[in-house]
This record gives sequence, structure tokens and C-alpha cells, in this order.
Amino acid sequence: MDYSFSPLGDQAIIIEVGTSINEETHNRIRAITSLLGASPPQWMTECIPAFTTISVAYSPLLATFEEAKNELASLLKKTEDIDVPHPRTIEIPVCYGGGHGPDLEFVARHNGLSPEEVIAIHTGTSYTVHMIGFAPGFPYLGGMSEKIAAPRRESPRGAIPERSVGIAGNQTGVYPISTPGGWQLIGRTPTRLFLPDREIPSLLQAGDTIVFRQITPEEYQTLEEKENADHI
Amino acid sequence: MLTIYKSGMQTTVQDLGRTGFQKHGVVASGAMDPYALRMANLLVGNEENAAALEITLMGPSIHFEEEHVISICGGDLTPQLDGKAVKSWRAVTAAKGQTLTFGKPGSGSRCYVAVAGGIAVPEVMGSRSTYMRAELGGYQGRALEAGDQLVVGEASADQKSADHDKSWFAPSPLYSSNPVIRVIKGRQFEMFSEGSRRHFFTEDFSVNPRSDRMGYRLDGPRLALAEAQEMISEAVAFGSIQVPADGNPIILMADRQTAGGYPKIAEVITVDLPLVSQLKPGDRLRFKEVSIEEAQRLLRLQEKTINCLKRAIKYKREATG
Repeated sequence: MDYSFSPLGDQAIIIEVGTSINEETHNRIRAITSLLGASPPQWMTECIPAFTTISVAYSPLLATFEEAKNELASLLKKTEDIDVPHPRTIEIPVCYGGGHGPDLEFVARHNGLSPEEVIAIHTGTSYTVHMIGFAPGFPYLGGMSEKIAAPRRESPRGAIPERSVGIAGNQTGVYPISTPGGWQLIGRTPTRLFLPDREIPSLLQAGDTIVFRQITPEEYQTLEEKENADHI
Repeated sequence: MLTIYKSGMQTTVQDLGRTGFQKHGVVASGAMDPYALRMANLLVGNEENAAALEITLMGPSIHFEEEHVISICGGDLTPQLDGKAVKSWRAVTAAKGQTLTFGKPGSGSRCYVAVAGGIAVPEVMGSRSTYMRAELGGYQGRALEAGDQLVVGEASADQKSADHDKSWFAPSPLYSSNPVIRVIKGRQFEMFSEGSRRHFFTEDFSVNPRSDRMGYRLDGPRLALAEAQEMISEAVAFGSIQVPADGNPIILMADRQTAGGYPKIAEVITVDLPLVSQLKPGDRLRFKEVSIEEAQRLLRLQEKTINCLKRAIKYKREATG
């Protein structure tokens, strides 16, 4: 397996594992991430997995670019024969439509479907978490059906409520914190994805599998109250 | 204790930022000019990573409820104690009841006020830095407002000594309003058109007023890819220069997101980041290429200098304290 290494400024290296988003690349990235997590080189300060790359931040006081690159290259040879843990599957309950998903009707109309069909397609598949980024705890998900793809809103909302579930183009995602944004909002989850008081502040990790499950507004209410009580 | 009388344009608590949480999407934050923050801390005898106040262009007004040894480093925002000019890049004593104010910004756009003992806000994910967008860290996750009161950490007896010899000071970097900024070519450099690659190194860029802690937006020649291509999002760094579809580059700064989907034409080398952080809207800059080896050599050299200064400051403090 060939990897390419390039500098990301003078304190990080980007390891390119593949050039397109696919399962093999994703699994290789999971293997490398788990290897670097288990036996981090002493000059490494941080490791950030993405779709087709991993960036490794390091201290140039402890290793030059050449030294870090060579050590990574020999370390990566070991990924061929390590066991990658089976991905966790995490269920995200979602209350679709109504006030929680004001754009569900639009997504349905845009695709010539009923809102119920959009929900059935959105909940009918599992998604891979490729990376966490854009906002604290925000998962970049792979696996959404093109049948429910929808363009971004022409004018972005000033503030999207936290935990909204949205669609933009071929992507679906959950906003962990309130932010401005142009995604079409189809629902909202009571589950918190960003937990700043926890040792691991993101509920989801790159490599996880997630599924969405439809809940009623009443269930939403109950679960949200429970979450609020758990995170005072 | 410090009381904020007036907030200023944007005053936040910052240290050297959050390390190790970017894989969770948590933005690094931290001082825009890490060199100035480290110097300000060292001058008052703090750890270099202690939390201090980052002050932007129009400074706040800060009232000292007790006597504190302080140091102001970074851009010259004309600091005054009770209306009297106070010098930067050295330790000074703010007496109980004195008020620190700032006048018209001179050179640079940010300065750091370190207080012996450090600003004692709670640590969130290993850092006291403020990340305003997620209301994280710092003082209640936001910029300071009039009426806020900041607790100062316990200073050692040595740090409290009031009789600082005002004749010694730390060297300030050569901040400029038209600097040459050294960069390493980015991962997508070769994807840019030949003209764009040339213009990037030969033309002036100016700082757009819509620049902030997240990024410095530049105006200049429009930069374009040789052929339109969709990029797959990947990690970015402090100093990454991204070029969105409109062709105007953005230098990513302390509050950058953890990943980006725009091609990166270059990365500013670490030792030159403070020069970028001190630019004001309208200032002009030019880019110059250096090798990764040169960038890291300069960084090691700077750290060596900081270590010498650290020892010198310690010696001076012990001799005059």
C-alpha cells in the first residue's frame, strides 16, 4: 500500500490514504487512527482522521518533517495486519417534520415523494461517520440515498436550532450546536452530540455507524427532558 | 480581581489553545499572536501557557481591585494606567485602584495583558481559551462585557514583588503594516492555474475588513484552479491559506474550523503567524516561498531565542525582585 505524505504547514503532516471516498480507504484510515492512538510517536501532538486523509500534528522541536515522515511510513507498514475493532452502531432518535423539521415538505416535493417516504428512506439505511469537523461533534456522514437529496436553502437561516437534522445536496447531518446554515431541516433529535463536560466531548467518533429512528413529538419531549436532567 | 469598566471592541481570555480535541471537531482557539502571549506571561513570571487577556484594536478599560504585576505585549494599542502612558514588553505594577485604558491603536491590532498569577477561569478541555461560536471556555464562553469581574490566580511571593526594574524589557517582533509573509506551498498548490501560482508570489494582497479570529480574508488578484475540481474535506492548520470559489484567499487563524473543503495554496510558517495576526483591515502583505526545512529551522531558532529570554528574565526577576 502506498501512502503519500505532504506537509500541512510546518507542524503537521497529511497522510493521503486514497483519492476517493470508499470503504477500503475508510477502513484503512480507521486502522491507522487506531494504531496511532495505541502507540503514538513521542513527537505527535494530535491526529485528525478525515475522508481520505489523516493529519498528524507534531512538534518540529522533536522531529523534522523528514524524520516524522519516515517514522510514519515504517509505522504504517504495521497496519496491514492489525485488527480494527468492529464499528459501534449508535441510534439517533429523530422527530421528523412539524416545527422540528420545517423543510421536510420541501425535501419531499423536490423529490416527488411524500414526507412519509422521505422519513422511510432516511431511517431505512445506516450511515458511516467519516469524520468529525465543521463544528464540535458534527459528523460528516456517508450513505444517504440520492432519492432524498435536496439543494441548500437559497438564503441560509441565521440560526439553526441545536440538534437539528438536515440535508444538503447528497449529505445528511446533525448540527450539534446552534449555528447559521443553509441545510434543509427535516427533523430534530433530543440526543446531544456535543458534550463539553465529558472527557470525550463528541458522542460520535470517526468510524462509527449510525442509524436514525423516528420518534413522536411526545417521545421527543420525554427524551429531551431526560437529557436536560442528565446534563445540568 | 479585575473589573471590566468598558469592554472594548473584543476582549477575550486566551492561552495557547486546545490541543488534542480537533478530532472531535473542537476548534483549537488560543492567542492569535502566541509569541506575544508567551512573552507577556514570562515577563510576569507565569507559565508561558497561562491565560491572559487578548485585546483587539479598541481596547477595554480594566480596573485593578488589588495591586497586580502586569505585562502588555503585542501590537501597540497605546495602553495607559490612570491616563499615563505605560510601556509594553516589560513587567509593570498596576496599583490597587488604578485603571488600564487604551487609546488610538498604533502599530498592530492585538495585544495581551498578562497578570502575575494568570486569569483564573475554569479549564475546559485542557485550556482556558475562549471559543465564542460554541460558547466554550474563557469567561462564560464569550467576549468580556462591562461589569465582568475576573479572578486572578495566586501569584508567588517572587511574582508579586513590586520593585521591577523598568529599564529592562523583552524584544518585540518587527510588526509591520506591509510585511512579507513566508509560506510553504500547500498540498493543492499545483492545482492552481499558472497565472494564479505566479500572482500569489508577485502581487500585493490587502486585508479585508471582514477578517476576524477565524480567518483573514484577503483582496488582490483572484486565484483560480487550472480546472474546476471538487475537493474532499481534510484537516487545515493555523496559517493554511484556503481559496474558495470566489478566488479571494483566506488565511485560517486561531478560531479556524478543524477541517476545510477548499484548496490550500500555501501555509504561513509558524514564526510569521504573529505578523499576520497583527495586521489591520487595509494593511498590505506579500507572500514569499520558503522550504519546509527552512521553516522548521527558523522555528527551532525562535524557540532557542525564547529559551534564552526565559533564562534571562528569570535571572533579572531574581536579581531585582
